[in-house]
Amino acid sequence: MIRDTTIGARLWAVAVWTLTGFFVLNIAAMMATVITSSFSTRWLQSWLPQAYTTRWYISAWREFQLGDVLLTTFQIVFTVVALSALFGVPAAYALARRDFPGKRLLLLLFLLPLLVPPMTFGIPLATVLYQVGLGGTFWGVVLANLVPSVPFVVMVLIPFIEQIDPKIEAAARVFGANTFQLFRHILVPMLTPAVLAALLLVLVRTIAMFELTFLTAGPTSQTLVVALYYSVFAAGVRAVQSIDAMAVIYTATTLIWLLIALRFVNPTQIIGRAH
Amino acid sequence: MTIASSRFDTLSLDGVSRNFGTVIALDSIDLTIRRGEFVALLGPSGCGKSTTLNCIAGLLAITAGQILLDGKRIDMLRPEDRGFGMVFQNYALFPHLTVRQNIGFGLKMRGVPKAETSRRIDEAVRLVRLQGQEAKLPGQLSGGQQQRVAIARAVVIEPPLVLMDEPLSNLDAKLRLEMRAEIRRIHNELDATTIYVTHDQDEALSLADRIVVLKDGVIRQVGTPHELYQTPADRDVAEFMGYRNQMPGVCSACANGRASILTGDRVMSGIARGDLSVGDAAVAIFRPDDLAVSTRQEGGIAATVEAIEYRGREYVGTARTPDGLPLLFRADKPVDAGNSVCLAADPAQVLIFPASGGR
Amino acid sequence: MASSAANATPRQKLAARGLDGVTLLTLPAALLIMLLFIYPFAYGLYLSFAPKAGGWLANYIAFFSDPYLYDTIAATLNISLPVTLVSLILALPIAFRVRLLKRQRLLTTILVIPITLGTVLVAEGLLNYLGPQGWFNRTLLWLGIISHPIRLLHNYWGVFASLLITGFPFTFLLTLSYVSGIDPALEKAAATLGANARRRFLHIFLPLLVPGLAINFCLSFVQNFSVFPSAVLLGAPAGETRVISIAAYQAAFEHFDYSMGSAIAIIMGAVQLAVVVAVLAARRLFYRGSVSGAKG
Repeated sequence: MIRDTTIGARLWAVAVWTLTGFFVLNIAAMMATVITSSFSTRWLQSWLPQAYTTRWYISAWREFQLGDVLLTTFQIVFTVVALSALFGVPAAYALARRDFPGKRLLLLLFLLPLLVPPMTFGIPLATVLYQVGLGGTFWGVVLANLVPSVPFVVMVLIPFIEQIDPKIEAAARVFGANTFQLFRHILVPMLTPAVLAALLLVLVRTIAMFELTFLTAGPTSQTLVVALYYSVFAAGVRAVQSIDAMAVIYTATTLIWLLIALRFVNPTQIIGRAH
Repeated sequence: MTIASSRFDTLSLDGVSRNFGTVIALDSIDLTIRRGEFVALLGPSGCGKSTTLNCIAGLLAITAGQILLDGKRIDMLRPEDRGFGMVFQNYALFPHLTVRQNIGFGLKMRGVPKAETSRRIDEAVRLVRLQGQEAKLPGQLSGGQQQRVAIARAVVIEPPLVLMDEPLSNLDAKLRLEMRAEIRRIHNELDATTIYVTHDQDEALSLADRIVVLKDGVIRQVGTPHELYQTPADRDVAEFMGYRNQMPGVCSACANGRASILTGDRVMSGIARGDLSVGDAAVAIFRPDDLAVSTRQEGGIAATVEAIEYRGREYVGTARTPDGLPLLFRADKPVDAGNSVCLAADPAQVLIFPASGGR
Repeated sequence: MASSAANATPRQKLAARGLDGVTLLTLPAALLIMLLFIYPFAYGLYLSFAPKAGGWLANYIAFFSDPYLYDTIAATLNISLPVTLVSLILALPIAFRVRLLKRQRLLTTILVIPITLGTVLVAEGLLNYLGPQGWFNRTLLWLGIISHPIRLLHNYWGVFASLLITGFPFTFLLTLSYVSGIDPALEKAAATLGANARRRFLHIFLPLLVPGLAINFCLSFVQNFSVFPSAVLLGAPAGETRVISIAAYQAAFEHFDYSMGSAIAIIMGAVQLAVVVAVLAARRLFYRGSVSGAKG
């Protein structure tokens, strides 16, 4: 990379960084607004609220039954994560290690749910789920969320597995390992970091997945983000501060898992193998 | 031959230094390159040879010193304004352009008219012997062909200087030898001035008119291949030039350019190099070629053979002295591993340096 | 090669073609996706041709004869195309700068946050932030740039802002990976051949980036085209930001006309596909042009 140090180049650099800074600043300010509001007693006509309180959190918790919602959210999310691993890891292994007729078609099959936006396939999917009676249930939501999650696991893991030299497996066999021992002593240890990373990403993405859950959830199978949507939707009825409190709780939940995930993965992998 | 190089007389590097943070990559380099020379920058990894080349090209700014072309400072110029041709280690061919378009890129940047551009590209293609490949994309060419395109692209702009950064290191051994000869042929045909970076001693010896040996950002020696081969300036240069046997000891005599060294329980004599005085810690350095199995028992080095390799014309063996020193020697007849041998070094080819290694 | 031995068993023959026990590991996942992704599309397609009343095209005819419905296509394009373009145009120069940075991780982490939090949270945040009493308007007033608060909520601009905030990071990160994937030696080679920064960008970077940028555009566009929560919460869902996903949702889940809902979903998919195909076709034109156009 060559650094140009003329005045024109410097000005351009300043402009670009200003733009970036402006963007980041606005995001930060937006989040700060929500947090401040959630702690305010009243906030109408001034830069900052008149006084602060934490009662909105308590009232939001009760009003929106956040305890139940959080429980449901995590039940759904962890089920999705577990099932994604169950379905996705073996498929990724097979696709990484074998070349067979129809492989490209299969890869396309796993790529499509990542490319097509959730709303587009969500409506047909929800229709089908309602037709078979799974609409509005816990398992309906889980199944819907598996559609982007299993392919995500598959596409993220394939390059990792490909990187593991197949000769290592051959060497293990030469030294007498059967398939079970191969998995236990060689593959599982070598794959665990990648699999954990992929599953953490699935976790974060599922917590934040709105459209699919919105279309398939019933009143007892809502995740936090869907509950948040409904509360904003009915914003006239509820106090803004308690909605903001709920938003803060949602943000905290998501960001905690995001930060955990980021210890193991590069931020860019969250957008996945979209290409 | 219509491709020629622009005229210049000298390129000088004057106290050129380059730091990366606290790391000193180049430490006050002084070097003058004359028109028509083929100069090799030789040294191990990290010695600063690529850094030097990049500074000359303008791809790296220098942190001290000057670079002068015929007395005029050029180190302030951006690379696009210096006009040197450069060949990169991984060729850096533009993947979306054909061979012709790659070669013609520099001419296009200079606004050379179409007809002349076409003519000059034809000349360049003929020069590097790539006729028939002109419409292909780089991805469709072999490594050697890509290398030729890279060379053509660099010389077609008729630069005063051609800079080459380890151009052959990505090729296999046979291709490397072929391309080596090609590079020298092209240099001669164009009457060009070339600065060639390499870590391969053989390449430097066979290609260059002058070799500059660098280590740790400092020039250790500048000279013709013969000078470097026969009379390396210090221990590091000698090691680099293939003097792979090293026997440490104490200098026991030193006069008239010759010295003796007491190493282990034997005395070796050789040519004194560097600042040597009696009593100094010293090291005797000599090539494997100059250490042979001796018939005499006196004055030789006793060692036990560890392994022996057949090299066609002779045998090359590794041995170890009783005090654990490894030695490489040559033999006309095979010697079994485990046998003891007596090895003798040709005193006319042994160099004795002060043990400190550097200047 | 396969059965060169005369006695290769069927199992060995299959294995030589890559089909053995391991390959079967793909089956559960493949079946799952076919059931939950492919089948609903097929079923939806079938359903769309089986309307509650009228002939098999009745849904589509109804859609295209009711302005309240077919205007949604225009409304959605009106939001998604500009947002995608703006994202891309902003992402390119910033990615170019950031690739020179040694510590990119902080920036990429910050940018990943809006994507992760999602459009609902961003919509809720903007409802606070962009309101007439919110900090954004207050700051502009205080700086004297405007004289009374600008209306950014419950209209086009709120949705635009929301999509930009959640979409730009994705576009940016993708562009950054493309830009970083270009061999730095190419830029150096171009410089030594006389190309200044502008020409290096035009002749080297841009042609190499166009294929990636086209894909980037397509991916971002389809995301933006299927916008839903921001359009409802931040926009005017009955008016200028009545996007096609709202129409589909209402048909299926408010009027319980699954047939119509499926039809609208199919139309939505079809429009997205049409734009993607158009962009990829244009890219091919450009690419061929750049290779043959340069004289040499």
